Formats: sequence, C-alpha cells, structure tokens
Amino acid sequence: MGGFPILSVMLLVPLAAGLACLFMDAKSARMLALFATLVDLALGAVLWANFDIGGAQWQFTERAELFPGFSYALGIDGIALLLIMLSVFLMPICIGASWRSIDKRVGEYMGAFLLMETLMIGVFAAQDLFLFYIFFEAGLIPMYLIIGVWGGADRIYASYKFFLYTLLGSVLMLIAMLWMVNTAGTTDIPTLMAYDFDPQAQTWLWLAFFASFAVKMPMWPVHTWLPDAHVQAPTAGSVILAGVLLKMGGYGFIRFSLPMFPEASVQFGPLIWGLSMAAVVLTSLIALVQHDMKKLIAYSSVAHMAIVTIGLFAFNAQGLEGSMMVMLSHGLVSGALFLCVGIIYDRLHTREIDRYGGLSINMPRYALFFMLFTMASVGLPGTSGFVGEFLSLAGIYQVSTWTTLVCATGIILGAAYMLYLYRRVAFGDQKNADAAAMADLDARELLMVVPLGLAVLWMGVYPESFLAPMRADIAALEARLARAAPEGDSRLAMAKEKPAQEEHAAHEGAH
Amino acid sequence: MSILLIVFLPLLAAIIAGLGNRQLGNLAARSVTTGALIIACALSWPIFIQFLNGSAEATVVPVLKWVQSGTMSFDWALRVDALTAVMLVVVTTVSALVHLYSWGYMDEDPDQPRFFAYLSLFTFAMLMLVTADNLVQMFFGWEGVGLASYLLIGFWFRKPSANAAAIKAFVVNRVGDLGFMLGIFGTFLVFGTVSIPEILAAAPGMAGSTIGFLGYRFDTMTVLCILLFIGAMGKSAQLGLHTWLPDAMEGPTPVSALIHAATMVTAGVFMVCRLSPMFETSETAMAFVAVIGAATCFFAATIGCTQWDIKRVIAYSTCSQLGYMFFAAGVGAYGAAMFHLFTHAFFKALLFLGAGSVIHAMHHEQDMRFYGNLRKHIPITFWTMTAGTLAITGVGIAGFVGFAGFYSKDAIIEAAFGAGTSVGQFAFWMGIFAALMTSFYSWRLVFLTFFGEARWAGSEHIQHAVHHEHEDPSEEAGHDNHVENPVGTAGYHPHESPWVMLLPLVVLSLGAVFAGFVFHHSFISEGTGEFWRGALVFHEHLIDAMHEVPTWVKWSPFTVMAIGFVIAWYGYIRNTSFPAAAAEQLGPIYTFVYRKWMFDELYHYLFVVPAFWFGRLFWKQGDVGLIDRFGPNGAAWVVARGSTYAQKVQSGYLYSYALVMLLGLVGAISWVIAG
Repeated sequence: MGGFPILSVMLLVPLAAGLACLFMDAKSARMLALFATLVDLALGAVLWANFDIGGAQWQFTERAELFPGFSYALGIDGIALLLIMLSVFLMPICIGASWRSIDKRVGEYMGAFLLMETLMIGVFAAQDLFLFYIFFEAGLIPMYLIIGVWGGADRIYASYKFFLYTLLGSVLMLIAMLWMVNTAGTTDIPTLMAYDFDPQAQTWLWLAFFASFAVKMPMWPVHTWLPDAHVQAPTAGSVILAGVLLKMGGYGFIRFSLPMFPEASVQFGPLIWGLSMAAVVLTSLIALVQHDMKKLIAYSSVAHMAIVTIGLFAFNAQGLEGSMMVMLSHGLVSGALFLCVGIIYDRLHTREIDRYGGLSINMPRYALFFMLFTMASVGLPGTSGFVGEFLSLAGIYQVSTWTTLVCATGIILGAAYMLYLYRRVAFGDQKNADAAAMADLDARELLMVVPLGLAVLWMGVYPESFLAPMRADIAALEARLARAAPEGDSRLAMAKEKPAQEEHAAHEGAH
Repeated sequence: MSILLIVFLPLLAAIIAGLGNRQLGNLAARSVTTGALIIACALSWPIFIQFLNGSAEATVVPVLKWVQSGTMSFDWALRVDALTAVMLVVVTTVSALVHLYSWGYMDEDPDQPRFFAYLSLFTFAMLMLVTADNLVQMFFGWEGVGLASYLLIGFWFRKPSANAAAIKAFVVNRVGDLGFMLGIFGTFLVFGTVSIPEILAAAPGMAGSTIGFLGYRFDTMTVLCILLFIGAMGKSAQLGLHTWLPDAMEGPTPVSALIHAATMVTAGVFMVCRLSPMFETSETAMAFVAVIGAATCFFAATIGCTQWDIKRVIAYSTCSQLGYMFFAAGVGAYGAAMFHLFTHAFFKALLFLGAGSVIHAMHHEQDMRFYGNLRKHIPITFWTMTAGTLAITGVGIAGFVGFAGFYSKDAIIEAAFGAGTSVGQFAFWMGIFAALMTSFYSWRLVFLTFFGEARWAGSEHIQHAVHHEHEDPSEEAGHDNHVENPVGTAGYHPHESPWVMLLPLVVLSLGAVFAGFVFHHSFISEGTGEFWRGALVFHEHLIDAMHEVPTWVKWSPFTVMAIGFVIAWYGYIRNTSFPAAAAEQLGPIYTFVYRKWMFDELYHYLFVVPAFWFGRLFWKQGDVGLIDRFGPNGAAWVVARGSTYAQKVQSGYLYSYALVMLLGLVGAISWVIAG
C-alpha cells in the first residue's frame, strides 16, 4: 500500500463526517452519513484486496509514539481484517435502515452512528493496549445514546442495565491491563501476545479480562442486559449491537485471553464449557416462549455466542476458525433478522408476534428473505450459519464430547424456536387486517436485504474467501496454545491384539 | 460432464421459477422445471445403463473448494459410481414424472411457480446427497432435502395442521441430524478425514479399537456407526423418529409420492449402503440396524392396517417397507436393500400418485370410508393402482416370474433367514408377519376404494362439491335424504384425471410390473459384484445362502401374501361387518394400534410440554426473578439508597455516564503514565 495510512483514513472519514452531521439538517445528514459509510466500505474493499495472505502477520501498520507508554499504533491481521469488513459492510445498511424511521434529531443520530463506526474499526485495528481500551469502552457511549435517546418506551432502564453490566467488567479489565503493562514493560499488543506471564498471575489476569468479555459476549448468566437493550434499541441500533458489538467479546478472547494467558485459558476451559452449555439450553428454551420478536432473536444470539465460546476454548484450528465463522455469520444473520423485524415494525409499530401472520401472502419477497435468514440462523448447510457451527462443534468434540452433545442440541432447539417464529409471522391465515394490508419490500429495503442475503450464501458455499485470510493467524494461535492444550476425552485407543487380527484378516483375504 | 447438468439444471430451474414467481406465470414455471427434470432424467439413464453393462468406472467430478480448516478439509464434488447411478435414475425419473403429474394435480392452485420451484430444489438437494464424495456434502444434501420437505409439507401454509406438520418434520429430522453430525465429528477424529472413500478404506483397520464418548469407552466403529445410523433413522422415519412421516401427508400428494415415498426417506438406506464397509466392521451396529429395521417394518404395518385416511395407510406402508430395507442392510444384504429401494420407488410412487388421482376424483376426500365402487368411474387409476398393489404385496411364483416387489422383498426375507444369525431369525419372522399385514392393508385399500358400494354421500367434501356444482334446487333436495345414510353417490360423478396425471401412472406401473424381472440379475444374483464394483459391500456367500434356504422359507412370503389377500377380501367384500366386529373384539389393543402406538401423545408430554414449561420457568424465574433481581436491579436499589445523586443519574442523564467513564479512564491512564 506504499505507506498510505489507510486505517487512519478509515477511522477519520466517519469521525469527520459524524462531526459534520451534528451541524446539519436531517436530509443532508442522512446523505452525508450514507456517503461516509460507503466510502469506508470502499476503503475496506481496498484493504481486503491488498491484504497479503501468507504475508506478514501484521499489515498496514502505523505507529506514532505519543508519549512514553502510549502510542497511536494501528495494524491488522486476518482476524481483525474480517471483523473490520463486517463492520464497514453493516454500516451503510444501518444508515439505510434509519432512513425513514428516525425523524427526530437526525443529525445527532447520524453523528452517533458514524462515531461508533470509527470506534469499532479502532477496536479491531488498535495495536496499543490502552488505545484498544479507549476504543473498546468508548464504543459503548454512542450505543448508549442511541438506545437512551432514540429507543423505545423503556429505554432508560435498558441503557442503564447495559451500562451497569459493562462497567464492572471494564474496571477489572483496566486494572489488569495496568498490571500487565507494569510487568511486561510494554503496551504493544503483538509483543504482549508473545509474552509469557507467570501462570499464577495469569489466573487473575484471565479472570479480570473474562469479566469484561463475558459481559460483552454475552455469556450466561450475565446476558440479561442484551434482550432489554435489543428490545429498546431502534432497528439500526439492534443491527449494529448484534452484528458488531457482540463480536468484541469474542475478539477480546481471541486477541487477549487465549494468546496472552494460554495456561489460564486451559485451566478455565471447563468453566467456559459449562456456561456455554447452560447458555445453549436455557436461552434456547427461553427463546421458544417469547412473544416479542426482538427478544426472541436476542435470546437466540446468546445461544449462538455460546457456540463461539466453545469453539474458542476447544484450543484447536477447527474450533478457533469455527468460532470466527460463527461470529461473522451471526453478524450478518442476526443483523439481517433484526432488519427483518424492523421492516415490519416500521409498518405496524409493534413487535408482538401474534399481531402478524400470513405475511407470505401480501409480502412474498419479504417472506423469501426472512426464510433465508431463518435457515441461516438454524445453520442449514449452504448458508453461512452452518460452516461456523459445524467447525466449532467439530473442534470441541475433540476435547469434550459432553459439551458437544449438549451444545449440539442447539441445532434442534434453534430449529424449533426459529421455525415457530416464522410460522407465526409469515404462515397461517391473515388474521389482522392491518398486517394483511402491509406492502412488500420497497427498493430501499431490497437494497439492504439483498447484499446480506448474497453474503450469507457466499459464506456458506465458498467460505474459503473468509477462511484464507485468517488461516495463518489461527495456526499461530493454535501453536501458542499447543503447550497447554488439554487431552480430549474422546481419544482413540487402538486394539491391543491388533497384530493377531491383521494376521487373521490377511488369512481370510488369501482365501 | 453430464453429471453437472443432471445436478445443477434442477437448481437453476428452481431459481428461475422461484424468483420469477408471479412475473413469469404458471406455464413458464412449470415448463422450465419439468423440462430441466426431463433432461436430467434423460441424461441419467445412459449412466445407469453403462454401469449395468459394465462399461463405466466410478468417477469424481470436482466442483468447488468448500472448507479447509486445519487438517479438516472437504470440497464440493460429484461422485458417480454404481450406487449413485441407481439413485440417479430413481430420483430423476420419479421427480420428472411427479413434475408432470403436478401439472394436472396442482392445476387450480394459485401458487404454482412456488410449488414447482420447491420440487426442483428438492431434486437438486437429493442429487447432491447421492453424489456426495464426503460426509459433509452428504449432510448438506441431507439437510437440503429436509428444508425442501419442510417447505412442501407446509406448502398450503394457511392450514394450521400443515404448518404444524412441517415444523414437526424439520425438528424431528434434526434430532436424527444431531446424531449424524456427532458421527461425522467422531469419524473425523478417528480417521482424520471426512472423505468417504478414505474412511471406507481405513475402516477395517479400526476394528477392535476403542474411543471415549460421554465419559465412557466404547468400541470405535460401533459408536460411529450407531451415531451415523441415528441420522438415517430420522430421515428414513424408523421406529422412534418416525412420527413426522404420517403427518407429512399434509403436503400435496405429488410431494408425498416424490419425497415421502420414493426418494428422500430412502436416503437413510442409501447412507447405510454407501458406508457399508464401515458398518461391516461392527457386529453390534449391524445388529442394531437390523433390529430397528425389523421392528419398524412390523410396527408400521400394524398401524397401516387400522388407518382410514388413504394417504396415511400408504405412509405407514412406506415406513414399514423402509424397515425391510434396513434389516436387509443389517444382515449384510446391501444389494437386496438397494434393490428394494429401487423397486419400491416405482410402486410406492405409483400408489401415492394413484391415491392422488383418487383424491382428485373425489374432490379432496381422503377418508376411505367415503369411497367405494370407484373402479368403474376411474378405470385407469384403478388398473394402475392394482399393478402397484400386486407389486408391493409381492405377487409372483418362486423361481419363475413376478411383479417388482416379489423379487426384492422375497430376496430380503430369504437373506434374513439365510444370514443364519439370531438377529436374522428375528428379522425373518418380523418380515413374514409384516408381509402378511402388507398384503392385508394394501388389498384393504383397493377394496375399500374401488369395490363395494359407493359410500360417497357421507363425505362433507362430496356434499360440498355437489352443492356447488348443481345449483338446481330440485336435484339438491333429492340428495339431502342421503346425508343420514352414508351409502349412495349423492349424485356425484367422479371424473378420471387428465392425461398429464395418467401418463406418470402408466409409466410407473410399467416399473412396478417389470422392474424386478428386468433388473434382479444385476442387483442380487451371483456375479452381481460386477455391477456394484465395490460401491457397496457385496457378500457372494449370502446370495448362495439365499438360494439354499428351505422350500418352506421360499414359499412363506407367497403364502402370507395369499392369506392377507383372503382376509382383506373376506372383511371388505364378503362380510363387511367383520372388521368392526374384529376391532370390537380386540378392544384396547385395537385402540392402541389405531392411535399409532401412542407415540404422538408420549412425545407431546415428554418433550413439547416440558420444553415450553422450562422455557417459561427459566425466563420468569431464572432471568427475571433471579439474575435481574439480584444483579442489576439489586445494584440499582443499593445505589438508589446510597445517594441522591445516583438517583438522578439513574433517571436518565446518560451524558453524565459517558463523561464520568471517560474522565475516569483518562485519569487512570495519566496516573499510570505519570507513575
């Protein structure tokens, strides 16, 4: 890239546009926001095209020493690249989703969204520990405002809950970071990833980071902020919350907990498995009895994120790559599902499932896309949902068969609650006249769901595009974990009398 | 390569018909999908014939890279060998005929493009399944046909019962798929690959090894085979996971013929045959397959004897015939299993399409109690269905000639006996009993439908039709008298179906009559190894044993078939009060069987009700009552008590939160850096 600071530009474009939006009227704010996010998407495409697969681990690096112990250092590996691509891909769709449904304080709203884009890219691109922390925690602020200002009736409670949960985690993580910097003497993330902390200290550091990432993930039982936040957030807020913000927890585990504290990660593996098993079963069952569409999808997110955590804590290539694929797929699919909810919410202003019904009749195009995303959510092979789920479960099988069995029940329960939802919304008779009168997708909405649909199929049919960039990084991580990785409960033992049997077989063969 | 066209033309047609939907119109959607299937079918037969005359070799056509993760890798590829060739002709032939048939059957449906798109999509998924070269692509096809099945069962999505049946089919299948998936994981763990040829080559070397599973150690191959077989049980509706199949009859009848009789439900049998070298390494797994198959074949046949809905009778019959195929595989007669799969596809599709023709003629009435005397009104349907019945009941003279089912079913029964094991004995006796019942319920269906007096007047559908078609009040008044008395025609005139529906019936009845005679040399005779060429395990000694079974074993299928025929004739033609009296006599046993051995009730109270109950419990008591109460809400309570300032904050000054956090952060960092 010849020294062009593309990452900084990607941070700067939405930041500048966001500031400008604050002083603009509604119409031009929307146009500018759309333009800025599209520019970032184009830059993202350039970034991906120029990413050298099999090249240096960290690419597009930029570094400016601001003062001792804190530097403005950016750079990405394949893992970060893919998550940045997810963010810049979802952003224009979010702006599109807010095009008509947001009509008060539009300038501020667009400003908040653009600021969030900057912060999200920053999280994935930061190479300095404190720079990461700033992006990571500040990312909450715009989300918060989006829920608290443009949210539903109970928005205050939701945003407060969101804050309270994340606050506790961040305080502990900050303390752990301070300790790490003092011990290792550097804030450089790549260096820290190779630094061997004392296994005793790792335990505490791991727990401190866990407190933050588990909430962000969210893992059971610290997940209860998510349904409320989703229900109250405007559509685009839900899309970005499910699509990108939930991925920060997983990214945290893969960037910090696993490489920096491998021994502690293995030591706490069973804890993660247990929480994940609980999450899959409990939240899937809860999703089954929901009346509110957004709550249902929010609970399903918790179950899907549990597949991410078991993949990560399988400590092998399949598990790690699988969990990355689940994160990317879930970003697209849950974003798309929240979008689908938003589309009909804009028409009828209710999320109550029973108020709909028979939408296949008057909204056939909508029904088609909703079906596609439903199938991707239940992990039908050929869609993005399958690849990650399959690899994650294949990974954990090598370590713990019990965890695999319990978490794989998610494919049954997932099918049950998603198809039950689909049936109540799109099938059956048109029992409500107002729902039956709703118009099918218009051009703007098609422009949002078609790219998502294509991406879901692409990722399902040819996931190599996404697996290739991160292959080397995952391999490096697997190698780092190898020294601590546990022996699985499913290991093979060859027969003791094998020679005799072979002789016997040979004997038979001779006949 | 023609295989690429065979597999991808149906997909292309499905996309065109599905996305074109209303803009394209009915005729275009029908033509595109049916045309694609006819081409696929025309390309498939030459492949099959090449394998028959031994001039073809197994090939693999790579399509696209799929997944590579660590040491695990699998690609999209199309494998063609003898086993695939059999499935190719079955799938494309039945599918093409069903597409054609649907032109007539679905003619009045407003939503035809969607229907034809689903049918073609199903065919594509099924072809991907049978051409799979690795377990994961097989799983893709496996779940793909599940999706198509779900969509087609629920095709009439306004009907609550159709929706419920569709979800049930998908979810119950997923239970099986869970087993399949675990089986794939285990296979990868043991063999380090998911490529089918590599696994099959390495499988014998793993005999006797052990593997950990759920904290215990088991024989490796037994665990893997049983896990994979659980997938087969789901898809092929075997005992325990069969409950979705009868309900699947909610879908349009052509769907039942294609998916729930001829092709999709046989995927499990195909899988066991494809992986036969694996199953051969574990006696326990083989016995498991045989016992489940034999039990299903018996159990489903008992229910088939008691049902009134014409489609449900055929559905339970399918379930039972699949049981035959599985116990054939379980005793090692994979060739016989595949042969029965092949002949069954023709005669069972024929029976379903014939039933569709009857339903079409009887204005959507499906209850056989309201049929009767139809042979004179719909003669072609009657004769073709009779051919199907002769085939399924296995009419034929040992060592001489017979209908399709005679060759394949007798081969299975003889193989079970010839296997000489106790499991084989069990399967043999179950098979014989089931053959008796097969003959009984099949002829019962024919007699109730086509013979005896017309009992149409009792049917609401017929009444409805009559009242709509004949507006003349004087005529109507005459018929009202018949409502009380179910015997009579109610003035209704059933019409034979149009030629697009009759042509598939005639073609399939040719299959039902000749498929056994023409192909049995290739599938199940000495030297058949030539045909299979290692595509499945073929035991020459089992063929010998089949020929050497005692004469009474050879004649027993024929004997029970005749007995079943006579009982049906006595009960439904000679003395029609006999069945009710017999049911009365049997009392609770009859009720138990009639209510399908209570599986639906059992599962409802065992799984469905608790799932919702626990869902509400975990939500209201767990998330809200416990976590929120002592978590965030508790904290809020403490904070609110603690200071008035916090109260203010809590009531909504979000900006101050942000500010406080940022200030704290900046402060902390400056402190560190300064320190």
